[in-house]
Amino acid sequence: MKPAPFKYIAASSLDHALSLKAENGDDARFLAGGQSLIPAMNFRLARPTVLIDINGLNDLAGIDRSGSEIRIGALTRYCDLERDGDFLKSCSLFADALPHIAHPQIRNRGTIGGNLSHADPASELPAIAVAMEAQMRIKSSTGERQVAASEFFTGLLSTDIQPDEMLVDIVFPSPKPRSGACFMEVARRRGDFALAGIAAMVTLDEMRRCSEVRLALCGVGETAVDASDAAAGLIGQPCTPEAIEVVTAGVRDAIAPSGNVHASPDYQRHIAGVLAMRAIGTAHQRAIHAA
Amino acid sequence: MQPDRHDIELEVNGTTYRRGVESRTLLSDFLRHELLLAGTHVGCEHGVCGACTILVDGAPVRSCLMLAVQANGHKLSTIEGLAADSGELHPIQKAMHDHHGLQCGYCTPGILMTMTAFLKENPAPSEHEVREALSGNLCRCTGYQNIVDAMMAAAQAMRAAP
Amino acid sequence: MTTRFFGAPIKRNEDKKLLTGQALFIDDVELPDMLHAAFLRSQVAHARIKHIDVTKARKHPGVVAVYTADDLGAYWQPGPLLVPPPPISGVVFNPRTQVPLVKDKVRHVGEPLAIVIAESRYIAEDALDEIEIDLDVLPAVVDLEKGLGTSSAHVHDDLASNVAAHVHQTKGDYRSAAAKADLVLKRRFHYEHGISSPIETRGVVAQWNARASQLTVWDTTQAPVFVRNGLAAMLGLGERQVRVIAPFVGGGFGPKIMMFYPEEVCLPWISMRLNRPVKWIEDRLEHFFATTHERGQIHDAEMAVDRRGRILGIKDVFLHDTGAYNPYGLTVPINSQCTLLGPYVVPAYDSTFTAVFTNLPIVTPYRGAGRQHGVFVIERLLDLAARELNIDPAEIRRRNLIPPDAFPFKNEIIYQDFQPLEYDSGNYEPVLDKALELIGYDQFIKRDQPKLRAEGRSVGVGIACYVEGTGIGPYEGAKVQVQANGKVSVATGIGTQGQGHFTSFAQIVADQLGVDVTEVDIVTGDTDQFYWGAGTFASRGAVVAGNAVNEASRVVRQKALKLASDAFECAEDDLVIADGKVSIVGIPQKFIRLGELAQRANPMRGAVKPGTEPGLESTQYFGPPSGATANGVHAVILEIDPLTFELKILKYVVVHDCGTVINPMILAGQIHGGVAQGIGNAFYEKLSFDDQGQLLNASLADYLLPTALEVPRMELDHTTTPSPLNPLGIKGAGEAGAIPVGPLFAQAIENALDLAQKKVELLEIPLSPSRLFELTRKTDHR
Repeated sequence: MKPAPFKYIAASSLDHALSLKAENGDDARFLAGGQSLIPAMNFRLARPTVLIDINGLNDLAGIDRSGSEIRIGALTRYCDLERDGDFLKSCSLFADALPHIAHPQIRNRGTIGGNLSHADPASELPAIAVAMEAQMRIKSSTGERQVAASEFFTGLLSTDIQPDEMLVDIVFPSPKPRSGACFMEVARRRGDFALAGIAAMVTLDEMRRCSEVRLALCGVGETAVDASDAAAGLIGQPCTPEAIEVVTAGVRDAIAPSGNVHASPDYQRHIAGVLAMRAIGTAHQRAIHAA
Repeated sequence: MQPDRHDIELEVNGTTYRRGVESRTLLSDFLRHELLLAGTHVGCEHGVCGACTILVDGAPVRSCLMLAVQANGHKLSTIEGLAADSGELHPIQKAMHDHHGLQCGYCTPGILMTMTAFLKENPAPSEHEVREALSGNLCRCTGYQNIVDAMMAAAQAMRAAP
Repeated sequence: MTTRFFGAPIKRNEDKKLLTGQALFIDDVELPDMLHAAFLRSQVAHARIKHIDVTKARKHPGVVAVYTADDLGAYWQPGPLLVPPPPISGVVFNPRTQVPLVKDKVRHVGEPLAIVIAESRYIAEDALDEIEIDLDVLPAVVDLEKGLGTSSAHVHDDLASNVAAHVHQTKGDYRSAAAKADLVLKRRFHYEHGISSPIETRGVVAQWNARASQLTVWDTTQAPVFVRNGLAAMLGLGERQVRVIAPFVGGGFGPKIMMFYPEEVCLPWISMRLNRPVKWIEDRLEHFFATTHERGQIHDAEMAVDRRGRILGIKDVFLHDTGAYNPYGLTVPINSQCTLLGPYVVPAYDSTFTAVFTNLPIVTPYRGAGRQHGVFVIERLLDLAARELNIDPAEIRRRNLIPPDAFPFKNEIIYQDFQPLEYDSGNYEPVLDKALELIGYDQFIKRDQPKLRAEGRSVGVGIACYVEGTGIGPYEGAKVQVQANGKVSVATGIGTQGQGHFTSFAQIVADQLGVDVTEVDIVTGDTDQFYWGAGTFASRGAVVAGNAVNEASRVVRQKALKLASDAFECAEDDLVIADGKVSIVGIPQKFIRLGELAQRANPMRGAVKPGTEPGLESTQYFGPPSGATANGVHAVILEIDPLTFELKILKYVVVHDCGTVINPMILAGQIHGGVAQGIGNAFYEKLSFDDQGQLLNASLADYLLPTALEVPRMELDHTTTPSPLNPLGIKGAGEAGAIPVGPLFAQAIENALDLAQKKVELLEIPLSPSRLFELTRKTDHR
């Protein structure tokens, strides 16, 4: 399974990369981690005629927590996220999800920007970005813009990134006081695509009632699914098991999974509910301990 | 399209190589057929089986998911560099031999490279941690048990060594 | 002779090469001027070829040649039938074999339409895109029952239906057995096996040397001798003009003994035409279609039992998916038919199968070779009978085991070795007892399970029994030769795919000749080194080749003693062989090294006695009259998440009897590996075809091989009932681990989820969390 021929250019700067992309449009692809792109090219499912290697653009990598938010450069590799203990402590969704992303060999190369741009419906990070209401910063040679995660994922393996654009960083809000989060998934084997996964964030008020609940699922739709509305009834209430049960029923109703070779649609719907129950419960416990 | 060629320079197991490569040549094919370091094996070419795992700047990666041209300027380690120059086996190789951790031997190079890096960072792993570390390398012959035993023994041997 | 090595867990001679990346595998073969092949494979399962045009492809830069079926001319012919049908009366058998390149009709996805030869595999794949192909797509035959329907498309147009074979075998009288029964259970079972998916795919390198008129073929085959013979015949060459080398092979498991694969047939012919070496390495995507599978059977089975759960008779009617062609004859379904009887007394048996052609890849043996399917049926029938009669599952098995004084036990029906099925030896109850003890069966059921259930955990136990017919003929041979330097070289016709032949055979020689096991060099898989043999399959390597090695070593030992007794002018009984020397008993300083004896046996002067041979060597053959029957019991304790149905194995036990053991370490490795494949088969691996024969999960991301997190630690034990059929008393063990895992899981999962109470039965393999959800939801009021 050998890739079709292409012209390879190692970009010397971000401007260089962006002008090459503007010149070639959809015929060109950025090569970051390559952990999704190169298999696709080996299967000849992807046949870019130009490959723009951005691995030398070190300014695009890094985690910046100096401000009130967390800014992660698109070229930041999963392994660097895993090694940043302070980051993991402040972002338990990432701490929970990263061990589920493929295997260490993949995580040594793959990048957060590559993952989000690829927008695999079963991927964990898009669900986390949607749950955390991240902002995507996108650049082209003519300018830059910001897109909310809720608008960024437009369809199956599709994002709002235009043919001449690159995702350069992602901004996550810092965790709120009295909040807890939990990511869980069901997969056939560790590291496999999720049959369903959920990112749950619970924020409590001083009376330990839910003041905000964010829920986003992966693996159960063409994109990550924002199911936060299913928790509307929890707002202002204590997070009891009965209350959570109502939310999980709402989550099951909010999704329309299509099934795949590993799972029937009803099984996906069923485990989405189970995961919602378990993840909200754990997020709630973590919120209590954070207070 | 005319083949797109690039000159690269890289270090493999301490030796510097300068070659011209076509841009689409996979790093796995480059190592095996250009440098004739055929110990790195190819099992799937889509990043799942792990047989092609090597170290790039000390980190285990799938060589089938890198282009040779991307290795320019980097330091690679492959199975050929694991044993000492004297021929003495690395403790991990010795442990695999002692515990019958290989049968056909095809997945073995990838496992050795993965686990060498893992044990360096995790010198006293539990059995579960070893199995997690191994889970990205598929073996069809051994059922993994003897490999796990070998890794626990290698970890112990390396902790005890001066 | 010593017994220093035989039976000991000797570490492997072959390890160092493999551990340092120095062993030669097929893709490591690099030859000057070598070209590379890529095949254009059909993307549809069933179609007539209207038009193939390779003109553009031929002109692609870097392409040297492109061939289609027509280009092969008179060389094009369907492959040979490898295994004819056994001599069973009334057998219906329609042999249809695979072709080197498709000529008229495509019969499965992946069938090769054309072959491109280019300077690199990369370029060859580029040129595939330039081949123009026009196909008339036909409806695909995928479902076995629909395939036998009158309105079904026909895989082979010259046949009136898709029936590949029909076989009916009986023992005793089932009808009268059923009439006397206290209970007759009838069920439909679906069992699917999967693909072997070794980590190394297949490959062929062919090198024709026109000046020497020699063809060398490197091939990942388990049967180099047969391949050599067949290629020589096809190519019009003498057998001695063809050398087939099976290098180190990265896992065989059965499909690498399928022979005269299209690639094996095409590459040598092409090399002869181009007078350049040509290499083809199967990529992983190709492997899903181009290498043979094992797949599914549907069994409508019934079992008649008395109130104590004793089997009075079994009747089984099953359909077997043989794929688009059936070159391997009836081996797989006959194994299912015969192995269903298991270690049990089954007084009456009526078994019928229909093998059905489908538009799917060919089915040939894969580790277990159809035994899994039969074992699933009987083990499940026993479990269901146990449920109805309120008998413990282990107890119902105990009541039916063949008693130890009943051997050789005749099951009458014809087995894959063409002999009436006869178990040579066995002692089954102690194996069951050991397994129950090791898994803690009684304690689990009485104490642990109720406690776990009270905690809300779904944990269950399972136990399954099986037999395995192993070590069948026709024969293997070995040449053992002591060299002048005292090292012993051994050549045998079978190859190696990881089973440790370099060590286990060396152990046999080492004991016979009194040398260290590291002084014995084994050459396997090179037809120039050893001319005769069949191959590694059906768990026969140790039994058949091992015994040939033993016999040849024994003869060499006798020769050495004779030579030494002549030299010392003493009786042979006064001599001892040890440490590579023959010496006089009690006078260790009077010795001759084996190497020197070898030199004396090949004198530069003097006369060689007529009727003798030079050298200290011997070639011997061993052909067992029939197979030796191994047996075993697996036990498991597993946990199922009651909400997500995810599975975790808590404890796994195998107790196995394969007669005398050459190397317990190697044996354990074989069992570990077999169980891992069994676990894959039971719960992870599934070929998902759509109704047009497309494989929806043709990648290792979606065809799920178990990893180190899915395969548990296994506890092994064994008993030893030596086989009377060979001098070493050994039985085969290569497939044992894989055979009973399906029914084991079904039983344990039913136990964990208390499905008896929910009136749910697990009658299919593979299972999965999603499937368990679907099967249990109808009764669940959650």
